[in-house]
Amino acid sequence: MKKQIQIQDHVLLLKHKKLDDKALEGLLNKYNISPKQLPKVYKKDPALREIEDVKAGDIIEIERDSPTANKTKFYRVVVDG
Amino acid sequence: MDEIYKEYNGSIPEKLIGDVKKEVSKVKVTKVQLKEILDRVKKEYEAALISPGEAIGIITAESFGEPATQMTLNVKHFAGVAEMQVTSGLPRLIEIFDASKSIKTPSMEVYLKPEYNKDPAKVRKIASQIKESTLGDISTEFTIDITTMNVKVVIDKTKLKDLGITEDTLVKILKESIKGGVQVRLNKNEIVLKGKESDLHELYVLKEKAKAAFIKGVKEISYVLPVKRDNEFIILTSGSNLKEVMAVKEVDTRRTVTNDIHEIYSVFGVEAARQSIIDESTKVIQNQGLDINIRHIMFIADVMTSNGVIMGITRSGITGGKESVLARASFETPIKHIIGAALRGEEDYLNSVVENVILNQPVPLGTGLPKLIINSMNKKEKEKEK
Repeated sequence: MKKQIQIQDHVLLLKHKKLDDKALEGLLNKYNISPKQLPKVYKKDPALREIEDVKAGDIIEIERDSPTANKTKFYRVVVDG
Repeated sequence: MDEIYKEYNGSIPEKLIGDVKKEVSKVKVTKVQLKEILDRVKKEYEAALISPGEAIGIITAESFGEPATQMTLNVKHFAGVAEMQVTSGLPRLIEIFDASKSIKTPSMEVYLKPEYNKDPAKVRKIASQIKESTLGDISTEFTIDITTMNVKVVIDKTKLKDLGITEDTLVKILKESIKGGVQVRLNKNEIVLKGKESDLHELYVLKEKAKAAFIKGVKEISYVLPVKRDNEFIILTSGSNLKEVMAVKEVDTRRTVTNDIHEIYSVFGVEAARQSIIDESTKVIQNQGLDINIRHIMFIADVMTSNGVIMGITRSGITGGKESVLARASFETPIKHIIGAALRGEEDYLNSVVENVILNQPVPLGTGLPKLIINSMNKKEKEKEK
């Protein structure tokens, strides 16, 4: 028997959002990097379950609560696996 | 005024803008003055940023290493304290940073929904439902009857009632959980178990099997302890099973957490695991009365989760993933790495720090990082060329 559990509103689960092309270019220009250099996140990651059609190579924007800067944005690139 | 603040959004962290706002609200400033203030804050902020090529890994390692030496001396023993026994101090810190798959004392903090968390009696009842109950827990006596070749179990009726199951359903549950063609029968106050084979050794095996037979609750949760924390009752558990516990109706699925980082990773993903690493290590450090800047902890957590999975700082984790042979060899088991590299014909491009230290060369750090291209012609030659 498989029970469904609600994880969407858990304190540890942060807001994940897919980055659109325009924002992506701005990000890559700002730091002068290629997407490959970003930290990774797996496609099967539970936090990405809510986002529609995520594929490898997409950039995910994560809103973190930082103790040193209140709210910060972090980016991860989706990889297969 | 708000527009001016907005202008600086992105170049100064939100927290600093908030601090400025708070201070400015106490005095009267003009727009020009505010701009000047923010400009100066920005300048100070940028000066405080770490510069490219700074060896932050070493700084973090030092910042952890020095207080950690104090830690081993300060091991406290909590005898007779009504709290859960949880690994703490250096062993726990090593567990976190090595990303151990099986931690010594997995435990959970189970929060309950507001309607259940006030009344101690209710909380105790929920706690007993979460706890894994075996037949051994709810019975008073196990006897082996050699004349009839069966095991007799005397059931504690009050405990059975607390769990909310009748004797008939207990028999049904036992039929499912004890496998291997065992007959289960109810005889007045006793439960009679009869195995297939009838030698004494098998009977002993059956008795031990019956003791551990799962009756009700959440598997892995071996002990529960309701405690009061800030106006509400929460349940501390030893043993961890996040998925199953969160499926229990009365549990607050928003705040319930476990100290098993791998379990957090499988349920909530990398970002949650990163936060969990930070939370767990801060807990250890605060428990020991030490003070390590949160930035170091955040940095370690970032490095450990940067590949999408949790990687410990071990020779199979981060250090083992290094490209350079010499860097890997300098961490642990050097001979193994060097022989392996020789067999595979690996090359070392000397791109990083450790291997260059070994070879007594400048390291790509600080002033050693930028590579310069110098025009070797002097002024006169240049002019001649023109």
